Amino acid sequence: MILEGKTGKWEIICGLEIHCQIISKSKIFSTASAKFGADANQSVSFVDAGMPGMLPTLNEECVRQAVKTGLGLRAVINKYSEFSRKNYFYADLPQGYQITQFVHPIVGEGVVTIDLDDGSTKDIRIERLHIEQDAAKSIHDMSPTKSFIDLNRCGVGLMEIVTKPDFRSPEEAGAFLKKLRSIVRYLGTCDGNMNEGSMRCDASISIRPVGEEGLRPRAEIKNVNSVKFAMQAIEFEAKRQLEVYESGSQIEQETRQFDAATGTTKFMRKKEFANDYRYFPEPDLPPLVLSDEYIEEIRRNLPELPDAKKARFMETMGLTKYDATIICENKEVADFFEKAAKGHDGKKVANWLMGDFFAMLNRKNLTIENSPISAENLGKLVELIETNVISGKVAKDVFEIMAETGDNPEKIVEERGLKQVTDTAAIEAIVDMVIANNPDNVAAYRNGKVNLRGWFVGQVLKESKGKANPQIVNELLNKKL
Amino acid sequence: MNDITKLTIAESLVGLKNKQFSATDLTKAYLQAMENNRSLNAYVLETPEEALKQAGEADKHYASGTNRALEGIPLGIKDLFCTKDIRTTACSHILDNFVPQYESTVTANLFNDGAVCLGKLNLDEFAMGSSTETSFFGATINPWQRERNLVPGGSSGGSSAAVAANICAAATGTDTGGSIRQPSAFCGVTGIKPTYGRCSRYGVIAFASSLDQPGPIAKDVRDCAILLKSMAGYDAKDSTSINKEVPDFAAVLGQSVKGLKVGVPAEYRPEGLNAEISGYWDKGIEILRQAGAEIVNISLPHTKYALPTYYIIAPAEVSSNLARYDGVRYGLRVDGNSLDEMYINTRSAGFGKEVKRRIMIGTYVLSAGYYDAYYRKAQKIRRLIRNDFLEAFKLCDVILTPTTPTAAFPIGDKSMQENPINMWLNDVFTVSVNLAGLPGMSLPIGLSKDGLPLGLQLIGRAFDEETIFKTAAVLEKEAKFERLK
Repeated sequence: MILEGKTGKWEIICGLEIHCQIISKSKIFSTASAKFGADANQSVSFVDAGMPGMLPTLNEECVRQAVKTGLGLRAVINKYSEFSRKNYFYADLPQGYQITQFVHPIVGEGVVTIDLDDGSTKDIRIERLHIEQDAAKSIHDMSPTKSFIDLNRCGVGLMEIVTKPDFRSPEEAGAFLKKLRSIVRYLGTCDGNMNEGSMRCDASISIRPVGEEGLRPRAEIKNVNSVKFAMQAIEFEAKRQLEVYESGSQIEQETRQFDAATGTTKFMRKKEFANDYRYFPEPDLPPLVLSDEYIEEIRRNLPELPDAKKARFMETMGLTKYDATIICENKEVADFFEKAAKGHDGKKVANWLMGDFFAMLNRKNLTIENSPISAENLGKLVELIETNVISGKVAKDVFEIMAETGDNPEKIVEERGLKQVTDTAAIEAIVDMVIANNPDNVAAYRNGKVNLRGWFVGQVLKESKGKANPQIVNELLNKKL
Repeated sequence: MNDITKLTIAESLVGLKNKQFSATDLTKAYLQAMENNRSLNAYVLETPEEALKQAGEADKHYASGTNRALEGIPLGIKDLFCTKDIRTTACSHILDNFVPQYESTVTANLFNDGAVCLGKLNLDEFAMGSSTETSFFGATINPWQRERNLVPGGSSGGSSAAVAANICAAATGTDTGGSIRQPSAFCGVTGIKPTYGRCSRYGVIAFASSLDQPGPIAKDVRDCAILLKSMAGYDAKDSTSINKEVPDFAAVLGQSVKGLKVGVPAEYRPEGLNAEISGYWDKGIEILRQAGAEIVNISLPHTKYALPTYYIIAPAEVSSNLARYDGVRYGLRVDGNSLDEMYINTRSAGFGKEVKRRIMIGTYVLSAGYYDAYYRKAQKIRRLIRNDFLEAFKLCDVILTPTTPTAAFPIGDKSMQENPINMWLNDVFTVSVNLAGLPGMSLPIGLSKDGLPLGLQLIGRAFDEETIFKTAAVLEKEAKFERLK
C-alpha cells in the first residue's frame, strides 16, 4: 500500500509482535491447570501467587510446543536458550517480575509465506520466538474503588513471536495473522482465538518516503486484538503519521493504544517513560539445553502444515489455488474436506463445501465440528450426483434434508423416492403429455420462438417432480419438438 | 549427665534408643532451657505444643522400634524456612503474621526423619546482615560473655546462638555469603554450607537465588554430618538442585588425612590480619601436618574482587526477589490513594534500612546503562573466582582458611553502624565460596585472649563435603575446643 501524500509517495513499514497462549495441561512454571474458564482464582499454585520461597519449574510440554511452533515457522531452533526476569511492579504480576527469555530465545529466525488476495504470495521473516509466563487478569469494573485480581491466567505459557518489519500494507499484516493462526492451530500449539485473548497482537508502525533508506521512529500500537483491528490500526496510524510529517512535525518513538470503538490510535506514553525492565538471567532456572534428537523427534512428528496441504490438494485433488487456500486455512475444514472428497471428485466436493455447506453452517451459526452433515455424507451426496442417481436440483433438496436430519443421503433418496428417472420410456410419456397439453407453445416454438425450449424442459422436470434425468429430457425434446 | 540439653545429637540418639530418657523428656528439657534463655532473643517464635506433639510421636516410634534417623531430636528452625501452619517472617515487618500453607523441602526432610520443631530462630532481616541486628525482632545476644552484649554473627545468628546456648540440639541455617559459617565461628559451634544444589531451596525465603544454600549448624562435626544427610537430596521442585546421591557423611569421620593435600591460600593472609586469627590458622595447619596431611601453598588471585562482586550480584537478585513483597496478597499492607502509593507506603514501612540499601544497589546495578558496567562484569569476575578454585583444586584436596577476620563484636558497634562496608567485611573470607558454589565449613579452633571463640574454615570441591568432614574431624579432635556448658 502506497500512501499518496501532498509531499509525494510514502510507504508503510510495519512489524508485528504476537503473544500466543500455549496449549498445555499445566502452566509454564507451575503445576496449576492452564485450562481456561475455571472460577476466579481456582487454578492457582503457590508459585503463581508469588508466595515466599516458591520456585519455578519448567513445564516440558511448553518447551515441546514452542519447538513445534518454531519448526512450523521454518525457524532455527536454538539448542541453548536462557530465561530472564523482566522486572516491573503491577498488581497482576505477583512475583514482581515476569519470567521470559531475553538474550537467548528458544527459537531464532524463520519465515512465513502469506497469501494475498491477488493470488500472489510473500515471505515474511520471523525475528524470534520466545517463551514466557502470562500475567494475571485485573478486573477494574467490579467496584468503584477497588480492583480485583484473577490469578488463573497468571503463569500460563506464552509464545511471543516477533516478525521483522516486513509488512508494507494492512492487508499483508492481516494475511500474516490469518496464516499464523492457521499454523498454530494445525500444530495444536495455540487455539488462536484472538477475541478470547489467546492470541494477542501489537504492531510497530513507521512510514517513510518511497526510496528513502533506513527506518524512521515508530509507534507501537498495543491491543490490536483481531485481524480486522490490526488492519484498521495500521491504516489509521500510517495516515496519522503522514499528516504529522506533512504538517511539518516529526514522529517520536511512542506507545499508542488502539481504540476498537473508533478505529483510531491514542497516545499512551513516550519512549523515555517506558519501564526500565532491568532484565537479568533468571537464577532459579538453569539454561535450557535441547538435544538434536529431541528436536528431530518433534520434527518427525509434525503434522502436515497449511502450505503443504494446499499444494497437495492442488496437485492431487484438482483444487484451484483459490479453493485450496480457503479450504486449508482451517485445519478442521481441510480435514473435513479430505474426508468428504475421499474417492470422489475433489473439485465438486469443494464446490459443495464452499457453497451450500458453508452457507448452511453460517445460517445455523455452527462450526464445522458440530455440522449436522458429516464429511462422509457430503461425499456420498456428491457421488449420488456423479452417478446420476439424483439430479443437481434434487441434490439441493436432499442437502437441506440432510442439514435438518443429519441423515445419510442414500437413505433420504431411497425413502423419499427421489431417485432420478433414467427410464426413457417413462420420461417419453411425460414429454408426450407436455407436448400434447401445450399445442400453442409447440406451435410458437416451431415457428422460431426457440427460447421456449427451456420452458419445455422445466415443464417436464416439474411433472417428473425433478427426478427426470435432464440429459434424457433434452434428447427427447430434440427429437419430438 | 544431669542436663540432657548439653548432649550432642549423636549422644542424644544413644540415650533415646537406650531409653535413658524419652523424646518428651528431651523436648521438655530444651523447652525449659529456651524459657530460661529468652534474654538471648534467639527464638522469634516458640512452638512448644507442636514440639511436644512431635516428641510424643517420636516416643511411639521408639516404643515400636520404627525410630527414624533424627527421631525425637529437638531442632530450632531459622525463620527463613517456610513451615506449614507456623508463622514465618524472615524477621521482616513486611511478612507480619505470614503463615505459610506449605513446608520447605529441607524442614520436611528433617521432620520426616523424626526431628522435633522447637520454634523459629532469629536472623538478620531476609538474611541480610552479619550480626542479626537488622532483624525486625531485635538483635540476638551471643551466649558467650552475655554481659558484654556481643553479636552472635549473622545472618543465622539466632541459630548459632541457640546451638551454643544449648537451647536446641541443632539448628537449620542458610548461607548466601557466610551466613552459616560466620555466626558459627562467633558462637563456637560448627556449621556447613553445602555445595550449591545439595539442599533444596524450595520453601526457603529467597535472598540471592544463585548463592543461597541451606545447611546445618550444630554442636560438633558429627552432628553436622548427621543433619546434612537428612537435609540434603535432589528436589524436583528446585530446578537448581542437583541429582546426586547423598553420601553417609558421618561414615568418613575418623578416617585418616594421611597424604591429603591441604591448600593454604596466600590471599587469605592479608597484611594486618588479626594476629590471633593468624595464629590459630597456623595451629590448624600444624594439626593437619602432624596428622600426615601435606600442606600446599596455593593462590586464589581474584579473592580481592570477591566482596565487591558479591555486593553486586547478591543485591541485584535481592532487588528482584523482594519485589513480591508488595502488600497485595499477604503480609503487611499500608494503604495509599493509588496502587503505586500503596506499594511505596507498604515497602517503606515494611523493609528495614539494610534491606532497602540492597534493593537500591541491586536496582541500580541492573538498570539500563549500568548493567554492563556492574552486573555483567560481576558475572565475569564470578567465573574467574570459580576458575581460581578449579585451578587450586588441581593442587590440593581441601582448603584451610580462617572463617572471619575478627571475633564477635558488640551489638551497636559504631564503625559498622556508620559504615556498612565494615559490616560487609565480615564476609571477606566466606563469600568466594558462595560465588563458586562450593561447600565450606566453619568449626571452632580456640578462644581469643579475651575468651571469645574463633573459627577455621574448610573449603572443598563441589559435592565433596566428605573430605571436609574427614578433615574437620581431625581438627576438632586436636583443637579440643570446649563448648559452652
